Amino acid sequence: MVSPKRLTLVWLLLLGATALSWAFGHGAMFVTPLNAGTAIVLIAFFKIRVVILEFMEIRHAPALMRIACEAWVLGICAGVVVLSR
Amino acid sequence: MQQENPTDAGASASASASANHIPGEVGIWVVIFGDMLVFGLMFLTFMYYRRENLPLFQDSQLHLNQTFGLINTLFMLSSSWFVALSVQAARRSQRRRACGGFCLALLCGLGFSVVKVLEYRQKVGAGILIDTNDFFTFYYVLTGIHFLHVCIGMVILGFMARSSWYGSFTARKIGHFESGASFWHLVDLLWIALFALLYLLP
Repeated sequence: MVSPKRLTLVWLLLLGATALSWAFGHGAMFVTPLNAGTAIVLIAFFKIRVVILEFMEIRHAPALMRIACEAWVLGICAGVVVLSR
Repeated sequence: MQQENPTDAGASASASASANHIPGEVGIWVVIFGDMLVFGLMFLTFMYYRRENLPLFQDSQLHLNQTFGLINTLFMLSSSWFVALSVQAARRSQRRRACGGFCLALLCGLGFSVVKVLEYRQKVGAGILIDTNDFFTFYYVLTGIHFLHVCIGMVILGFMARSSWYGSFTARKIGHFESGASFWHLVDLLWIALFALLYLLP
């Protein structure tokens, strides 16, 4: 069983990632908007993967379900990054 | 009188905790995977149109209120956290925690809805409608379909809050909670993508 403490750490991680992508969206660290855009997309799909694995409990699901989810995250993320550049 | 009873769902809790466990009914996963495919294709279509007319999309994005988007992201992430905690509490037959978590998630959903309505009112008030340009067609369609999911999810959260308060935590009931929770997490993850693509992408 997933402990409440782990769920809380996951939530804090998601909040931290949100803060990071907000900073990238407002000119922090990356010189070009293009690179900032890629970072924002990568962070968003990282967050999505965390929600799927931890909150949706796909980490403990049958392999086929996990593979389907991972493939969706990877496929859509790659497509969005390519189209954004 | 409602009592916390940590033992009566021992069997269901251990079943839910095991590896190779499908969280919720198979039927809900057909819905979830279907939604993920459709939204995934819509994200790619949006990005394709954005690439074709980047200046229009960038200028139009300036009319969005990023703070509203950020507040709604916090509502969504927090509501998902509350729901995940509730499912764990239900597996331990912790009635008050389970019900409280579902209620807090529902409140977050209501908060999201209030912000969304305010945002739509601002846009319509400024004369920005679904046919203003391609960006706002995507904006209204994507956030509109997502908002419909939020509304359906809030009804489900309401049922789960009620159900967690009455009766015992049978394996069947926990299965229903897992289904409802999985749907709500889907609503959360779709918003994560929408916030990044519509509001943040420079």
